[in-house]
Amino acid sequence: MSAIQIIPIEWYLLLSTVLFTIGVAGVMLRRNAIIIFMSVELMLNAVNLLLVAFSSYLSDSKGQVFVFFIMAVAAAEVAVGLAILMMVYRNTKSSDINILNKLKW
Amino acid sequence: MITTYLFYLLTFLAIMFAIRVVSTKNPIHSVLYLVMTFFAIAGHYVLLNAQFLAAVHIIVYAGAIMVLFLFLIMLLNLNKETEPHKSVWLKTSAVVASGLLLLVLVGALKGASTIQATNTFNPNIGLIENLGKTLFNDFLLPFELSSVLLLSAMVGAVMLGKKSIK
Amino acid sequence: MIKLVWLIPLLPLIGFIIIGLFGKKLSKGIVGTIGSGVILGSFIISLGIFFELKGGVQKEYTIELFNWISAGKLSIPFSFLIDPLSSLFLLIITGIGFLIHLYSTGYMSHDEGFSRFFAYLNLFIFFMLLLVMGSNYLIMFVGWEGVGLCSYLLIGFWFKNTAYNNAAKKAFVMNRVGDLGFLLGIILIFVTFGSIGYNDVFEQAKNMASGNPTITAITLLLFIGAMGKSAQLPLYTWLPDAMAGPTPVSALIHAATMVTAGIYMIARSNILYTLSPTAMSVVAIIGICTALFAATIGLAQNDIKKVLAYSTVSQLGYMFLALGVGAYTGAVFHVMTHAFFKALLFLGAGSVIHAMSGEQDIRKMGGLGKYIPVTHITFLIGTLAIAGCFPLSGFFSKDEILAHAFEHNKLLWFLGVLGAAMTTFYMFRLYFLTFKNKFRGTHEQEHHLHESPKSMTIPLMILAVLSVVGGLVGIPAVLGGTHFLEEFLSPVFEASSFRLVHHLSHETEYILMGVATVVMIGSIYYAYTTYVKKATLPDAEGEDLKPAHKLIYNKYWVDEIYEKLITKPLNFIADAFHRMVDNQIVDGLVNGVGTAVNWMSGTIRFAQTGNIGFYIFVMVISIVLILFTQLF
Repeated sequence: MSAIQIIPIEWYLLLSTVLFTIGVAGVMLRRNAIIIFMSVELMLNAVNLLLVAFSSYLSDSKGQVFVFFIMAVAAAEVAVGLAILMMVYRNTKSSDINILNKLKW
Repeated sequence: MITTYLFYLLTFLAIMFAIRVVSTKNPIHSVLYLVMTFFAIAGHYVLLNAQFLAAVHIIVYAGAIMVLFLFLIMLLNLNKETEPHKSVWLKTSAVVASGLLLLVLVGALKGASTIQATNTFNPNIGLIENLGKTLFNDFLLPFELSSVLLLSAMVGAVMLGKKSIK
Repeated sequence: MIKLVWLIPLLPLIGFIIIGLFGKKLSKGIVGTIGSGVILGSFIISLGIFFELKGGVQKEYTIELFNWISAGKLSIPFSFLIDPLSSLFLLIITGIGFLIHLYSTGYMSHDEGFSRFFAYLNLFIFFMLLLVMGSNYLIMFVGWEGVGLCSYLLIGFWFKNTAYNNAAKKAFVMNRVGDLGFLLGIILIFVTFGSIGYNDVFEQAKNMASGNPTITAITLLLFIGAMGKSAQLPLYTWLPDAMAGPTPVSALIHAATMVTAGIYMIARSNILYTLSPTAMSVVAIIGICTALFAATIGLAQNDIKKVLAYSTVSQLGYMFLALGVGAYTGAVFHVMTHAFFKALLFLGAGSVIHAMSGEQDIRKMGGLGKYIPVTHITFLIGTLAIAGCFPLSGFFSKDEILAHAFEHNKLLWFLGVLGAAMTTFYMFRLYFLTFKNKFRGTHEQEHHLHESPKSMTIPLMILAVLSVVGGLVGIPAVLGGTHFLEEFLSPVFEASSFRLVHHLSHETEYILMGVATVVMIGSIYYAYTTYVKKATLPDAEGEDLKPAHKLIYNKYWVDEIYEKLITKPLNFIADAFHRMVDNQIVDGLVNGVGTAVNWMSGTIRFAQTGNIGFYIFVMVISIVLILFTQLF
């Protein structure tokens, strides 16, 4: 018995939306660059979940293949992003993004 | 029935852990809560007949990405005391803004017309065999390109991580 | 040959491009060769086309090169019309143009702007060819404006001299006045006939009634354009000032070709003019008034080029008189002969100025005949030709004009003869003062006197021959000729000719010729007694003159009147507008916009805090707003 035959797709839509919004809230609430990064990962996963839900719902495996690609991109992003955070920390001795405010008038 | 209960449980866990990720003060705890969230999402994948994806998800996210996060936090020696704080006013406005976003998104999804599920439900699409066929038939070029992406990300990470660039 | 017609304007254009781009790097010899060579090429093709038209059955070719403008109802092809009229003008332009180019290689050889000069001259020839070859009014207008531009550039060729620049500006601005009329005329033609192609317009016009007010309006507007370009009253004052340019320019542009553009345009539109007796009368009256007016001024001028300039204005007046009385062939005939002898006179004057090391005042010349014999003889031929001495070219063309004027209105004829008498007088005054008696210049100048180089004298000789024999193409029937020119041009003026029938008895024509000749001889004799026998000299600068003399010496104060009546008020208005509208309103508006933008950006830039959290916050709010407005 698969969930998709019992649970309507709207529930998954709602769950994804909630997770995504929590991710957005995390980005806005926190100043620690690493936590912000993790919030972004959370948003990505909300989208992944929705993709898988649709894939099952429509019996189309393309959606799941897409999730693979998103994972690959996320892995690459994390590798580079964390390296950048390392550099930032080395230079500023902090992971606070508010220190990075030189890009202005 | 058990599926329905499982769905509710996993949903509850996912949302609770997600909220904890953004609300907890200690970065280490955040990472751990995020891992828990990912486990909950993996459970959802299993419920959706995407068993292979669930496994990959655990391996890649919980096993690789989150470990990287942990390493970094330990390397930088971040903890509750070093965590920067925002003012209450800013936090309130952030929560209000995201609440508005949630409202608008839900409202938008309510108005959307729902698609009809296909009659022929196929429980096997989440199996490795089917996924592999799709991946190597329809998405061969993106697949190869993603290898280039990973390679360049690796090179970039190594370059950035060096002490000094000659 | 007719297939090569596109080469005629293209060659001078290529010459202009080559000389204009690389002139500085090329030697003067190469520049002169290219500049003259391309015109010679055009001349040879024009000659071929002329003979093809003369011998062939088909008298009119329309060569369409490409579709130029096509918008809505308006469709204007870029095409050339080759018929007897345009082929004759092609010959005049390229032929005289070539001789003057050749002359310029000698005349300008010491000038540092040598290559620039040839580039401008080639460009001028290009535009002039467009003007006469176009098969619709728009191409004519392009050429018309183009020659105006070249005229401006060449009058102000020695741009380091402010007076020359002012003369160039004057010519340009005054031509604009006329061009506005021309442009309005073209627009009215389009509105009336729905096309501006010659063939369409004339075909429709043929069937219209005489005296149609729209046609009168069109023809008068076109004539305003002709007034400006061909220096007629009241827009003539730029031409004498245009003598600031190098002498070959005066010969080519301000005597032989450009100033006859107005005559070409009216001759081209002859059907329209024939349909409007009012416009014809206006043309005739303006023509004769200009002829007399300029001739009287010419009587008292002391600058060799100024005399010739007023003479040109006066002769152009004759041509308009001819057009006004319906003698289209006579007008074109006079354009041709005038091009010969006036180019000859100008080039001769250039040769004199060259010999005199730049001196232009005839009071300081005299007795040059024995120093520069070739110039002397050719100049004399030119003078006789313009005076209308039988059997030189001027005689035939002037006689034809006067005969038509006599037939049309006796008063016009009388005034015409009077003008001819004055022309003869001032031209011989010029000739005698320059070449006869003793030399009156400084010793140094006398020592320096020399005949011009071959490149200058050969064009003079060719033009002298043309001035002598040029009239032979139009020997009237009364003298036993067939009037080849009239026959050749008959297809062009066919539609007009049946409306204007000429009949003068042979006796009357003989009498008219006799009167003209007697008057001419009398004028020459009077000039001879005054300036050779009595050796009278024109009064020097600043002496007290008799009122009438003073009036014409100062050119009727026309320039001063224009200055007071038009320039001053215009300047005043412009100044007022400059101070009020431009400085206050326009500048205020522009500066206000600048200030507002400056203030706003100064305020808004504080929104760019550099704080990433703030950016994200704004982004989320914006997403909410966008989704909200889009979805609900």
